[in-house]
Amino acid sequence: MKRLTEEKTKLVLEKLTNIGTNVKLLLDRPDGVYCFRERKGRVYYVSEKILSLASVVNPDKLASIGTCFGKFTKSGKFRLHITALYHLAPYAQHKIWVKPSAEQQFIYGHHISKSGLSRITENTPQYQGVVIFSTNNIPLGFGVTAKSTMDCKYADPMATICFHQADVGEYIRSEDSLI
Amino acid sequence: MDVVNSILQNDIQKKNTHKSTVVNKDTEIETDLGTLLALDYNALNLKALKYKASSIIFILKSQPEEYLRSLTRDNVQILINKIWELPVERVDEVIVAKLPKQEFILPRARQIPKARPLTKWQQFAKEKGIKRKNKPKVKWDEELQKWIPTFGYKRNKAIKQKKWLIEINNKSKAAENPIADAKAAKEERKSKNELQRLRNIAKAKNIKIPKVGLPTKEHFADSQQLSQAMTIARASTASLGKFQNRLPKEKDAKGIAKQVPGMKRKAEEVPRNLQEEKKRNTNLADNVLKSNTKILREDFSVPK
Repeated sequence: MKRLTEEKTKLVLEKLTNIGTNVKLLLDRPDGVYCFRERKGRVYYVSEKILSLASVVNPDKLASIGTCFGKFTKSGKFRLHITALYHLAPYAQHKIWVKPSAEQQFIYGHHISKSGLSRITENTPQYQGVVIFSTNNIPLGFGVTAKSTMDCKYADPMATICFHQADVGEYIRSEDSLI
Repeated sequence: MDVVNSILQNDIQKKNTHKSTVVNKDTEIETDLGTLLALDYNALNLKALKYKASSIIFILKSQPEEYLRSLTRDNVQILINKIWELPVERVDEVIVAKLPKQEFILPRARQIPKARPLTKWQQFAKEKGIKRKNKPKVKWDEELQKWIPTFGYKRNKAIKQKKWLIEINNKSKAAENPIADAKAAKEERKSKNELQRLRNIAKAKNIKIPKVGLPTKEHFADSQQLSQAMTIARASTASLGKFQNRLPKEKDAKGIAKQVPGMKRKAEEVPRNLQEEKKRNTNLADNVLKSNTKILREDFSVPK
C-alpha cells in the first residue's frame, strides 16, 4: 500500500473533478479521514479506520481494501472503475437518463445513441464526464458526452450522444479484474 | 501637235514602268526620320487580306501578299520622299542626307534593372555620409627609394623587400614567430571578409542564417528559459559538466531534473500523517479546479 505521489493524485483528482466539482467533498468528510492508496496500479479510496486494520495484513496477501476507484493504465493515464460509482454518483453535476429500452444496451458496454436518451442535464458541454442513470434514478455507469445538450437536439436518432466508460454490467463481465 | 504630245506622253508612260513618287493617303503617315520609322494609321483593307480559294494555289502572287507589298511600297515611298526633303550633299559620288535626331521614344524591351541591395558597409557609409576616397595607384617609398603600387602586381614583392627582417622589441614575445603571426592574422582577415561577403549575399537574397555571437531576446523569451538552457548546456559535455566552472551565485534551473543527467531531483515531501495528507489532497483538488487548462468546463465556479 503506497501513498499516491503528488503527480498521480493530481491525475486522479482531474478525472474525478471531470464528473463534478463537488468531488472535493470526498476528501473532506465529516465522518472521518479518507485517503487514496495505490497498489499494483490500482487506486483505493480508504477510510482511516480500515487503513489501520489493513496494516496488520501482509501486503502481499492483501487483495483489496476500501473501494477501488480505478487504475493507472500502462501509458500512465487514470481510468475509472465502476466500483467508484457508489461514491461519485451523488456528486455528479451532469447526468444522462437512459430509456428503459436502452438500459440493457448500455449495461452490455455500448455507447448511448440519441434514440436511447431520455433526459440530459441542461448546458452539458461536449466531452464532459457524466454519470448515467436509469429513468428511476438508479446510477448505471460513467460516460463522456459526445455531443453537447444543444447539439443533441439536432442529432439524428442513431448518432452517439455519450461514449461508454464504465457500467454496472462490468461487475459480472469483468469480475476478476475489477476488485 | 496635240496628237504628237499625247503620243509622246504615252511613250513616256510606257517607258516609265515605275509608279509615281506621289502617294495619297487618307490620313497622314507619321514619320520619324531619326529612326527611319513610319507609322500608318490608315484602316487596313480587310477584304484584300483574306485568302481566296482560288488564290491559295499561287501563294506568292496571292491577293493579300500583293496588297501588303503595295502598302509597304507606298509607305516606304513617303519615308524616302521625306528624306529627300532634307539637305543633301554629295560625298564621293554618293548622295548623303544627314538624319535629324530621333523623336520617337522606343519602349524599353527589358525590365529596368533593380538597384543592387547595399552591403552592410555601404549602408553604414551611406548613413554616415562617408565617401570613398580614391587612393593613388602608386606611392613613393622612402626606404626603398622607389614607387610602390598600393595593391596588385609587384606589391607583394616590394613588401617582402621592405620587411625582410622584423625586430622584436618585447623580450617576452621573443619566442613567437612574428612572420607566422602576420600570416595568421592575414588569413584571419581574409576569412572574416569572406564571411562578411557571404552574409551580405544572404541578406540580399533574404536567406536565413544561423546567428553567431551572444544569444539575444529572439533566442530566449524570458530569464527562466535562459537559465534552463544554461543548465542543460553545462551538462552537455562528455563528463556531464563535471569540470565546467560556475559563475558566482549561479544556480541550476528548477524543474528540469528529468532532462539533465546527473542533476538530483528534489525528493517529494512526504506527508507525515493522514491529516497532512488530507490537507495536501484538498489543496491539490483546489488547484485542479482552478486550472481549466486540462478539463473543458464552461460552467464552473471555484468553491471556496
